Amino acid sequence: MAKTIVQEFTKGLWEEIPPFRLVLGLCPVLAVTKTVANGVGMGVAATFVLVCSNILVSALRNIIPSQVRVPCFIIIIATFVVVVELVMQAFTYPLFLQLGIFIPLIVVNCIILGRAEAFASKNGVVASTADGLGIGVGFTIALAVLASLREVFGAGTLSVPFSDTVIQVFGPSFQPFTFMVEAPGAFVCLGLVLAIMNLVGK
Amino acid sequence: MRDIIRMIVVLGVMSAVSGVVLAGVKSGTAAKIEYQQLKFVKGPAIKMILQGCSNDPIVDRFKIQDGEIEQSFYVGVFDGKANAVAYETFGKGFGGDVGIMVGVNIETDQLLGIGVTTHSETPGLGSRAKDDPSFGAQFKGMSINKPFKVKPDGGQVDAVSGATVTSRGVCAGVTDSAGFYKKLKPQIIEQAKAFAK
Repeated sequence: MAKTIVQEFTKGLWEEIPPFRLVLGLCPVLAVTKTVANGVGMGVAATFVLVCSNILVSALRNIIPSQVRVPCFIIIIATFVVVVELVMQAFTYPLFLQLGIFIPLIVVNCIILGRAEAFASKNGVVASTADGLGIGVGFTIALAVLASLREVFGAGTLSVPFSDTVIQVFGPSFQPFTFMVEAPGAFVCLGLVLAIMNLVGK
Repeated sequence: MRDIIRMIVVLGVMSAVSGVVLAGVKSGTAAKIEYQQLKFVKGPAIKMILQGCSNDPIVDRFKIQDGEIEQSFYVGVFDGKANAVAYETFGKGFGGDVGIMVGVNIETDQLLGIGVTTHSETPGLGSRAKDDPSFGAQFKGMSINKPFKVKPDGGQVDAVSGATVTSRGVCAGVTDSAGFYKKLKPQIIEQAKAFAK
């Protein structure tokens, strides 16, 4: 392998940051980024599934016959997703209610299946862990950035992940720009962030 | 042929392992999930009714089998005595069943208050039975042994304005619940004793 473990990790943070560079997994990205708390919760859940599935897929890569690799990956991924769903219900119930259907939908999130197929099934456990962590953290950061833009301008608040605290960013006279928290606002916001990233990356 | 057997074995073993893991996680989190659901769905109503109790009524709960229905009771401890219970009952509202949490002092049979838990009433009208605390507060101190009626029906309860049907449903639900409360009362007193501190 040409890349070191550190490089495998850091590539997920900028070079291959999922929603912006790979433009994968947009469904949760657009749907759950109304508030920072939801976005980060989703990111953490997806990261957990991604890291665990990457580890298992790379550990089992020589056992799994290539003809049935996709069903095998799906079994692994679906198992971890249900684990996350149950744990979330047990410990962060309000967040579970907020994210709703998007938790089970992590099963079909193409980032996770994509990393299992493109990376973990061809690389060792350590490299796959680093890759999963990097992509997962990148995904979480992307969700947090998008969600904070949308929440601050769309609702004038900033919710702190994993607590009930909500910070009022602007004064009481603030008129919420509700377009931002609606679906089209998500697309516009994503497009603007992509444009800025391309500008900076040049 | 060997390839096919290998595929079947690998997939079969993985599915089995996954099943075992999920069953384990499910049973490990079941109690916690039940508690969370109670806390966030029924918790607000229970807390309001059993205000000032020194225990956590969602932890201190018990169930009594009444015919085919299993009724849950949430115990409130006041001054070291487990003398209050809250339970859920249902009344017919305007848009469907209205879930009502009823708190009763088991020594005096007086209501401690009621609170609406789940409903599908008209937002802004019937939903005020849940959102407006003054409606539920009226029930405080009334005896459970008398039927509850709204004022237009010759009763003692002020209906939520614009939501007479909902208010009537709530009153009927509370009145109905008096039936099983009285029937189960000896068991309730027996079970509640265990929670006194």
